[in-house]
Amino acid sequence: MPAAGAPHEVPAIELRGISKAFGPVQANKDIDLVVPRGTIHGIIGENGAGKSTLMSILYGFYRPDAGEILIGGKPIAIADSQAAIRAGIGMVFQHFKLVQNFTVLENVILGAEDGGLLRPSLSRARGALKRLASEYGLQVDPDALVEELSVGHQQRVEILKALYRQAEILILDEPTGVLTPAEADHLFRILRGLRDEGKTIILITHKLREIMEITDNVSVMRRGEMVASVRTAETGPAQLAELMVGRKVLLRVEKPPARPGAPVLEVRGLRMVDAEGVERLRGIDLTIRAGEILGIAGVAGNGQTQLLEVLGGFPEAGAKLQGELRLNNETLPLNGPGADGRARRRAGIGHVPEDRQAEGLIMDFTAWENTAFGYHHAPEFQHGVLMDNARIRADAMDKIQRFDIRPPNPDLAARNFSGGNQQKIVVAREVERNPDLLLIGQPTRGVDIGAIEFIHKRIVALRDAGKAVLLVSVELDEIMALSDRIAVMFDGRIMGERLPEEATTGDLGCLMAGVDPAVTPPEAAIPPPAAPGTDAGGGAG
Amino acid sequence: MDFATVIQILDSAVRLMTPLLLACLAGLYSERAGVFDIGLEGKMLMAAFTSASVAYATGSAWLGLLAGIAGAAAMAGLHGLASISFRGNQLISGVAINFLASGLTVLLGQKIFGLGGRTPSLSGAARFGEITLPFADTLRPVPVIGPVYAELISGHTILVYIAFAMVPLTWWVLYRTRFGLRLRAVGENPASVDTAGVSVTRLRYAAVMICGVLCGIAGAYLATGISAGFVKEMTAGRGFIALAALIFAKWRPWSALFATFLFGLMEAVANRFPNLDLGVVTVPSMFMNALPYILTVIILAGFVGRAIPPRAGGEPYVKER
Repeated sequence: MPAAGAPHEVPAIELRGISKAFGPVQANKDIDLVVPRGTIHGIIGENGAGKSTLMSILYGFYRPDAGEILIGGKPIAIADSQAAIRAGIGMVFQHFKLVQNFTVLENVILGAEDGGLLRPSLSRARGALKRLASEYGLQVDPDALVEELSVGHQQRVEILKALYRQAEILILDEPTGVLTPAEADHLFRILRGLRDEGKTIILITHKLREIMEITDNVSVMRRGEMVASVRTAETGPAQLAELMVGRKVLLRVEKPPARPGAPVLEVRGLRMVDAEGVERLRGIDLTIRAGEILGIAGVAGNGQTQLLEVLGGFPEAGAKLQGELRLNNETLPLNGPGADGRARRRAGIGHVPEDRQAEGLIMDFTAWENTAFGYHHAPEFQHGVLMDNARIRADAMDKIQRFDIRPPNPDLAARNFSGGNQQKIVVAREVERNPDLLLIGQPTRGVDIGAIEFIHKRIVALRDAGKAVLLVSVELDEIMALSDRIAVMFDGRIMGERLPEEATTGDLGCLMAGVDPAVTPPEAAIPPPAAPGTDAGGGAG
Repeated sequence: MDFATVIQILDSAVRLMTPLLLACLAGLYSERAGVFDIGLEGKMLMAAFTSASVAYATGSAWLGLLAGIAGAAAMAGLHGLASISFRGNQLISGVAINFLASGLTVLLGQKIFGLGGRTPSLSGAARFGEITLPFADTLRPVPVIGPVYAELISGHTILVYIAFAMVPLTWWVLYRTRFGLRLRAVGENPASVDTAGVSVTRLRYAAVMICGVLCGIAGAYLATGISAGFVKEMTAGRGFIALAALIFAKWRPWSALFATFLFGLMEAVANRFPNLDLGVVTVPSMFMNALPYILTVIILAGFVGRAIPPRAGGEPYVKER
C-alpha cells in the first residue's frame, strides 16, 4: 500500500482486516489501513461509506467483528474510550462533546483529573493550556464558559482536550463543517503545526478541496470497503471523486444558458428586527425571474437564514418585519395570518429549509409521512374529512423511485436515512409540487457527492421548466456552479451582485467580508484570516 | 409579636424545613446527574416506615435511621434500575415509586402491627432526642444572643444538624471535587463524560443512591425525630414541596437552604397562627395551611424567574456513534 512517510518507521496506526456488521448491513468490510507517524491522513467517502464506523471502532465505541488494530506496532484491544485514550488516541467529534455551562478548564480536565480534588488539576491544566496555546496557536480563554465561545473556539477546546490527554493520534470528524473559511484556515494551520511536532492526524471529510489542501495521504472508502490509499500529491480531486462514487461525477453542473422571463419574486426594502432588537435584514432588494437561479453567497450568519425564513413564512418569534414582497405581481402579506408557511406554500413558494433535521423533516415520522408535510392539506390527499393515506403512500413511493431515495422503504423513520437521502426526501417533496419559486438553503450540506449531483440536476431542471430558484449556500463552489446570478449578503444587506462567469472568488470574498472591491482596492480590503471579527461573525451563524 | 414569638416561629421553621432540606438536596444530587426524581415523596415515606418499624422493634433510633436509609435506598435502586439501566421514563418510574411506597407502607404496617397502617408510638431511645449544645443554659439570660443560641440553634435532634451540615458539604462536593465535576457534567452532557472514558451509568447510579440515602435520613427524621412513629401518608406532599424548592433554588445547594427555609417558615407561621387576624379580615386556617402548596404551584408555574434544569435531565443516555 503506497503511503508517504519514512518507510522504515513503525506506523502510528495499522488496521488489518477490520470488519463490522450491524445486522445485515456490512458497515466495514475487511479494512486495511496504514497511517505513518507524523502525517495527516485523509479519509473520504460518501455518507454511509463506513468512515464513522471505522473511527468509532478506533475510539472504542464499537468492537470489530474481525481484524486487528496496531498502535505504534503493538496490537491492542480497544474495549472502550478509556482504552483509546490510554493508547494515545484523541477524537474530535463532528458534534462537540463539551459541557456548555462549564469553563474551558473544567471541560479539559473532565475525565482526566489528577485526583479527588479539583484544585490541583485545574492549576495544572491552566499551565498546560498556556503551553499548548503558544506551541500550536490554540488560544482559548481558559476561564470562558464554553457556551459563550464561537464554534471555532469550541473546536479548539476539543483539540486541547485530546492534547491534554497526551494524544499522539488525533482523529477529526468533518471538522470544517461548522467553521467559517477563516476558522477553517486557522484549524489547518493548527493541524500542520501538530503534524510537524510529530502528531498523527486522521481527517474525515467530504470536502475534496480540504483533502487536497492539507493531507499527505488519502484513503477512499466506498460501501464499507477501503477502495484506495494514495499519496495526495499523486492524485487529484476528479480521481478521488470518481473513487468515492465509483463513477465519473461532474464537478461542474451542466446547464443550458438561462432564459429569464418575467419577475416571479420581487423584494423591496425588506427589513427584519429580531426579538432581541437586532436588525437582521437591513433593507433587502431582490428580483428573481422565471427560469433563473439566484444564488445568495455569504459567510453564515449574515442574514441569509432570516431571509429564507421570512420568505418561507416562518420568521422567528417576536420578529418585526417591514417592506414589500410581490409574487407574480401580487403583493404577499408580511405579517398576520396570510403570512404563514402554509399560505406561502399555497401561493406557490416551495421551501427546502437550511436545517433539514429541525425544519425540513420530522425525524421520528416515516418517510411517506414526511413526503407530504406542508402539503397534507392538498385536496388530492383528502378523503372526506380524513387524509387519504393510501394516496399519500403511493405518491411517496413514486417520489422515492424518481429521486432514488435509499433504502426505498417508505415506512422507515426519516431518522434512519443517511443525510443525503434525508435531503432527497425534502427536495422531492418541494420540487415535485412544481412551485413557481423554490427557496432552497444549503441544499447539499452534509450530503454525499452522488446526492449532490442529483439535487443540483433537479434544481437546474426546475429552472429550465421556467421556475424561479433562490439558492442560499455557504459553499462558494456550489453558488458558482449553479447560479445564473450571484448576490452576496453581508450584515443583513446585499453587498453586490455578480454574474458567475465574471465573478472571481477573490472578488466575491471581498463582498462577503463587507467590502466592495469596486470602491476599495482588494488588497487593502481583505481582513487577515484569523481576525477575531471574522470569527465572531461566523459564530453567530 | 414579641421577640420570643419570633424565636419560637423560627425554631419551628427549622424543625419543619429539615426534611424538606434533606429531600431537596437528595433531589439535587439525582437531578444534577440528569435523573429526574419525582419519587422523593415515596422514598421518604418508605424510609419513615422502615425507620419507625425498626426503631420500635430494636428500641434504637440509630438502627431505625439505618433502616430508613436502607428502605429509601432500595427504592432509589429501583428508580435507577428503571431509568438508568432500562432507560425507562424517569417520571413514570418516579410516580410508580410514590404509589408503591404509599401502598406498601400501609399494607406492611397493617400486617405487622395491626394498627390501621401506623406503627406503635415510639419513646425513649427509639426516638432521636434533642441535643442541648454546650453553654446553652449559661448563655440563655444574655439578651438576643442568649435566646437565639439556646432556643433556635441549640435543642434540635442530631438529624437537624446533619441536614444543615449537608449544605456546605454538598456545595463542596459539587464544585470542588472530581466526583462533583463529573456529576454535573453527566447531567449536562453525558456524551462528554462518556467520550472522556468515564462511565455514565456508574455516575448516575452513584447520584441516585446518594439521593436515596438523603431521603432515608429525611424519612427517619419525620418518623423518629419530629414525630413519634409512622402514620399513613405522613410525608404529606413534602417530597413534592422539596422538588418545588429545588426548582426555586435552581439546583444550587445554598439556594436550596434558603428555599426550604421559606417553606418551613410558612408552615411554622400557619401552625402558630391558625387564624391570622389582620384586623380587617381574618385569614382562615385552611388558607394558612395551604400556603406552602400555593407557593409550590406559583414556583412550578415559573413565576420566580427562569430556572434552567440540567440539560440532559430526564433523558436516558443512549450511546451514539
